[in-house]
Amino acid sequence: MIDRLALDIAHLCAGGLVLVSFMLLYQDRLTGLINTFALHALVVSFSVAWQAYIQQAPQLYITAAIALGVKAVIIPLALHRIIVRLGIHRSIEPVVSIGQTMLAGIGLVALAVMVMLPVTAQAGTLAREDLAFALSVILLGLLMMISRRNAVSQVIGFMSIENGLILAATGAKGMPLVVEISVAFSILIALIVIGIFLFRIRERFETVDIHLLHQHRGEQP
Amino acid sequence: MSDPGSLAVAAILLVPLAAAALLAALPDDRTTAWLNVAASFIAFCAALALLATRPAPGHFLIVDDLNIVFIVLTTFVAFTTSVFSRSYIGHELETERLTPMYLRFYHAMYQTLMFAMNLALLANNLGLMWVAVELATLTTVLMVGIYRTEAALEAAWKYFLLGSVGIALALFGTILVYLAARAVVGEGLDAMAWSVLVRKAAGFDPALLNLAFLFLLLGYGTKVGLVPLHAWLPDAHAEGPTPISAVLSGLLLNVALFAILRFKSVMSANPGALAPGPLMVSLGLASVVFAAFMLYRRQDIKRLFAYSSIEHMGIITFAFGMGGPLANFAGLLHMVLHSLTKSAIFFCVGHIAQVKGTQRMPDIRGLTVSHPVLGWGLVLGVVAIAGLPPLGLFMTEFLIVTSTFARQPVLAIVLGLSLLVALGALLARLNSLAFGEPLGKSEPSRASFVPVGAHFALVLVAGIWLPPALVAWFQYVARLLS
Repeated sequence: MIDRLALDIAHLCAGGLVLVSFMLLYQDRLTGLINTFALHALVVSFSVAWQAYIQQAPQLYITAAIALGVKAVIIPLALHRIIVRLGIHRSIEPVVSIGQTMLAGIGLVALAVMVMLPVTAQAGTLAREDLAFALSVILLGLLMMISRRNAVSQVIGFMSIENGLILAATGAKGMPLVVEISVAFSILIALIVIGIFLFRIRERFETVDIHLLHQHRGEQP
Repeated sequence: MSDPGSLAVAAILLVPLAAAALLAALPDDRTTAWLNVAASFIAFCAALALLATRPAPGHFLIVDDLNIVFIVLTTFVAFTTSVFSRSYIGHELETERLTPMYLRFYHAMYQTLMFAMNLALLANNLGLMWVAVELATLTTVLMVGIYRTEAALEAAWKYFLLGSVGIALALFGTILVYLAARAVVGEGLDAMAWSVLVRKAAGFDPALLNLAFLFLLLGYGTKVGLVPLHAWLPDAHAEGPTPISAVLSGLLLNVALFAILRFKSVMSANPGALAPGPLMVSLGLASVVFAAFMLYRRQDIKRLFAYSSIEHMGIITFAFGMGGPLANFAGLLHMVLHSLTKSAIFFCVGHIAQVKGTQRMPDIRGLTVSHPVLGWGLVLGVVAIAGLPPLGLFMTEFLIVTSTFARQPVLAIVLGLSLLVALGALLARLNSLAFGEPLGKSEPSRASFVPVGAHFALVLVAGIWLPPALVAWFQYVARLLS
């Protein structure tokens, strides 16, 4: 049996992840946003390591190590270098105001809890709350992707969704291929996003503001 | 691994993978195009071998009655597209739209995409299928952006964002299905295997399955291009190289639909779960109606046929959503014929865009006069895709509308009217593209017409006479689905 304290720590980590997701929503400087994302990845890595410990699933330590190494260290460092080189490390503009975004975020968390708790009644205490938290993180990440125009913040929004998915996958006890899935996710996304897209977009536009890209839609006669 | 079935499965997966590695390493552009064709041909032969003998299902891979239809179709269209690609890229190299370096990248990605799609179809494991669909998404993103024009980069970025959000939602749904299965099957690989899930689905928690299916339908539905999740599709088709438009429309959309069908059969096996049909019917019908009207204002020829793909994926999703042996049979056949027709149209369109030097439809006129073979090929393709007799798609659309009429007359009327609206748009466009005085520059074309001819011949034959063995096979699969 999983004892009470172990469960509480697992919930603390998952709840902490939701909190950091909220912190991502109101960062209005790219530097701060990247640092907060590093914190996000740190929390998810600790959470996965804790799950590995209480489920006695040593392969999950690999997932935790990937989250720590790639997403908490390498990607933030690379993003810092990119934004400095592009000269966009000043500020970002949310599409809607921060107050409205936060309110929408609270609504999404309430929705996630209301949807997940009734349907996962039989899934065991650990999976129940973890899934509700994970869905909250995913929805907050989606909110971030639609409320930001900047390519860097959209990528960070996507990576926070990925963290939520890893939380959900490790919370589902005994799920096979979690390590493979997290490897596929991390390596390929990191490779594509950092290596190619930012490089190419910068090469063409000298900016990563997605708003400007919309001028180049192919539909105009 | 010694029996012939396992060997064939290994060939379908390993030949594209080995070819991708080889094509990435080889510098010469003449031999590599042939190597691409050869690898695709071997994979197609291996898929044909699976018709005769199939291996026992394992933890990770399975060959069953449903996926074998998709595998044979995928490897065949991949093979013909590689033949078309050979003549297409020759021109791209001459006009320097692609450098030899990018060509190596293109060929390696082409074979990686084939590997990913074949893996997604062969997977017996939810997680493995998800990883394969993700790999397919990423390779196509890279290929859509390969021309590095502003429009191509925007299309690739849009596709990347929408595609990855869809893929993320699908993973969440996959995790929920695993949770539902774990309570019955127990932990481990069995709780993610299709062969086990379908048998044990009756005991799963219905509420969890319902939620999972919503996520899966939205997630993989993004990849199918169902309205309102279709925004990436026209851009990705219009800006990438045309062989990629052909495999996107003809194959990748099918692979995503295949994933939905797999989950649908799990849902149907559970008596307490939500019926998946109405959800698929509404998304499918919305796609048909929306795309039919959107066809009217297109200026770009590849975009026009991308919207037509949305329309046809809508029709197929609608048919599978209606369910029942007849609608499933028509949906399956429509899917096969649409893949063949649409990829053949893109073969023609690719060459047309090359000889005319533009994709803008107002600048293209009188093709049947200036390039008779290409022009009449396009005419035949549009007649087929618009659903006119005697070609195969007329028969399947007729079957879908009439079988719906017997059960839901209102839906059948909406569907029928949208098909007519789409027909009007396509014929109006065709009139200005194919007939009248030739307009604009016209280089001689050195197209290879074998792939186009082969596809149209199959579609024409299907409209006039279907071999009884094929009918029996598809009817059997349709019964399995219902």
